[in-house]
Amino acid sequence: MLELRKDIFADERDDNLKEVGQPTQRQDMLGHVTGTSAYYDDHRFGNLLHLKVLRSPHAHARIRSIDDSVAARAPGVKRIIRAADVPVNLNTLLSLIQFGKDDEPSLATDVVRYKGEPVLAIVATSERAALEALAQVRVAYEPLPAVFDVEEALKPGAVSVNAAYPKNTFEYYNKYDHQKLRFGDADAAFAQADIVLDERYQMSPIEHAPTETNGSIAVPDTNGRFVVYTSTQALFFSLDTSAKINAVPSNQLHFIGGTVGGGFGGKVDTLTEPLSILAARLLGAPVRYRLSRHEEMQFGSPRGGERIYVKDGVMRDGRIIARKVRAYFDSGAYTRLSSYAAVKCAAHIPGPYTIPNVYADVFCVFTNRTPATAMRGFGVTALDFALECQMDKGAVAVGMDPLEYRMLNAYRDGDMKAHRREAKNCALLECAQVAAEKANWPLRDEFRRMSSRTGGGAQRVGDSADRTRAPAPAPAPAPSARPAPAAPQRVAYERPAAATPAHNVPPPPPRPPSPPPAAQPAGSTHGAPRFSSVFGTRRR
Amino acid sequence: MKTPVQFRLNGDDVAAFAESGANLLDVLRESVGDLSVKGGCWQGTCGTCTVLIDGLPRLSCITLAESCAGKSVETVAGLRRGADLHPLQSAFMEHFAAQCGYCTPGMLMAAKALLDRNPNPSREEVVDAICGNICRCTGYEPIIAAVLDAARGDNRRRA
Repeated sequence: MLELRKDIFADERDDNLKEVGQPTQRQDMLGHVTGTSAYYDDHRFGNLLHLKVLRSPHAHARIRSIDDSVAARAPGVKRIIRAADVPVNLNTLLSLIQFGKDDEPSLATDVVRYKGEPVLAIVATSERAALEALAQVRVAYEPLPAVFDVEEALKPGAVSVNAAYPKNTFEYYNKYDHQKLRFGDADAAFAQADIVLDERYQMSPIEHAPTETNGSIAVPDTNGRFVVYTSTQALFFSLDTSAKINAVPSNQLHFIGGTVGGGFGGKVDTLTEPLSILAARLLGAPVRYRLSRHEEMQFGSPRGGERIYVKDGVMRDGRIIARKVRAYFDSGAYTRLSSYAAVKCAAHIPGPYTIPNVYADVFCVFTNRTPATAMRGFGVTALDFALECQMDKGAVAVGMDPLEYRMLNAYRDGDMKAHRREAKNCALLECAQVAAEKANWPLRDEFRRMSSRTGGGAQRVGDSADRTRAPAPAPAPAPSARPAPAAPQRVAYERPAAATPAHNVPPPPPRPPSPPPAAQPAGSTHGAPRFSSVFGTRRR
Repeated sequence: MKTPVQFRLNGDDVAAFAESGANLLDVLRESVGDLSVKGGCWQGTCGTCTVLIDGLPRLSCITLAESCAGKSVETVAGLRRGADLHPLQSAFMEHFAAQCGYCTPGMLMAAKALLDRNPNPSREEVVDAICGNICRCTGYEPIIAAVLDAARGDNRRRA
């Protein structure tokens, strides 16, 4: 099933791989199939106490008062933990690397900002006793207007969600309200483009739904320390976060984990450890805080929703000469890791394609939704969904095969990326060629012969003045007598009545003669300072 | 109010005191001490806690412990015979049919119930047998391949 194509770039490595390509048994597999792998909840302690949390039923509300006097007397209740009991009740996950402001309380103080936000915790002798006591707590809420849409949240006069970021955008370096990418002159290139594609994409939040829900057990050790058994995906990250919130030195905490019942990014947020540790400290007893499936779905953070606008300027021969992206990352009510996702999103634009004019704005936006977090390539996944849909639409618009359209625009060694890094060790063309071969997808000869090692960089850049460039090598466009239109043709999808239907786009006219090769040395045609990359120095 | 409940677990008699209304999952894990059974949703939707009761796959999280009195309960802890793995266990290892491993005990029991009553299932019958068990890691294909492989006896020789 596995096939290693060692013939590709064979001259670039020693063929001495010992593990790659060889089947290797997972070291934890025997435990998994015999039911002996120990997950956090497979550790047993005498006198274990159980912590459950009261959650906001409102997406946005002011807390007027909390009456827990009846709950405090309920059977089995050992302790009620209120916001004031949390030593450091404001945190942001990436504060550990000095990235962003503390914006999220462990237990809400005056305002709840999303449905499911923790308000108060009860520790009792059983989960059932804790839940029955929670039902006795009376909270007087004053519902506030809420905002659930990223673009609505950025409008003037929108509801302010997060007290640390009143304008509903994460602030980069305490200064910038979004991530910005500028390369070349996109607007000028759109004016020269034969076709302009302006499209909108939306990806919904996605719940990781691991079969094991988030949870942890904090146990007082014999030496004043606390041992914490946890489902976390990020043992030391969770340890440091818990130490900060509990205001204890991190060497007082001993985290044990690593066997995780599914995570996919949904177990990095340190959702349970700070409170289970706090309860164990307050009560001197082992405390478990385990999310129910309902809590996992509502309170456990999902992959954030994203709205992405992509505008491409395309020439009839298939070259993309400009790409403009406006992306909104829905962080939910608090930052968690979405600030980083937006950085990754900006870093991935314009995808693995060489486009001489790129313009992008990426926003990390706060709304009254469940805070989002990491999930498998977050920040990049939704963008790739948008970009690859856009590539398919672009191929249709110019009448090209979608794979050849991608190959024509693919990065090659020596190309300058929008981030002013030179593309190195590119292999998209080779991957596409092998994929086409495996799928019996017909490619024209010149596309079968393309190589990532040739045709990039200065060989590709034709006219640095207008920042359009000649394809290398050129495909053979169908001849046509039709002259190119004076103004860019706009192609719209899902609105066939208002614009040219995609399948009626005229075939590409002959390619104009290639401009003379640029006189500048390779790498300087993009007009931006060169930066050296620490990666991929092998090939160039 | 606790009720004594006695049943056979993997061939041995066990007894426990169950809270009224307690489910079999909690009694197995908390009272009997069989931690091979995992809880995933506690509401009968994910299949993680699947055990066999008198040979039939059942969701232990929504099975009243008291209803199991006198019955035979099988969990993955009883699947292997000493040092030897059950063919299903060997096949799961061979086919990379587990990643995080959390759904695996329930998946194995659902598969065992199938092979016990139908030693030569079709692919469709395998899919039908595990359709109540959610796996978020593998994408199911390696699991289906493992069950079919175990049924063909390819692993019986190795076990």
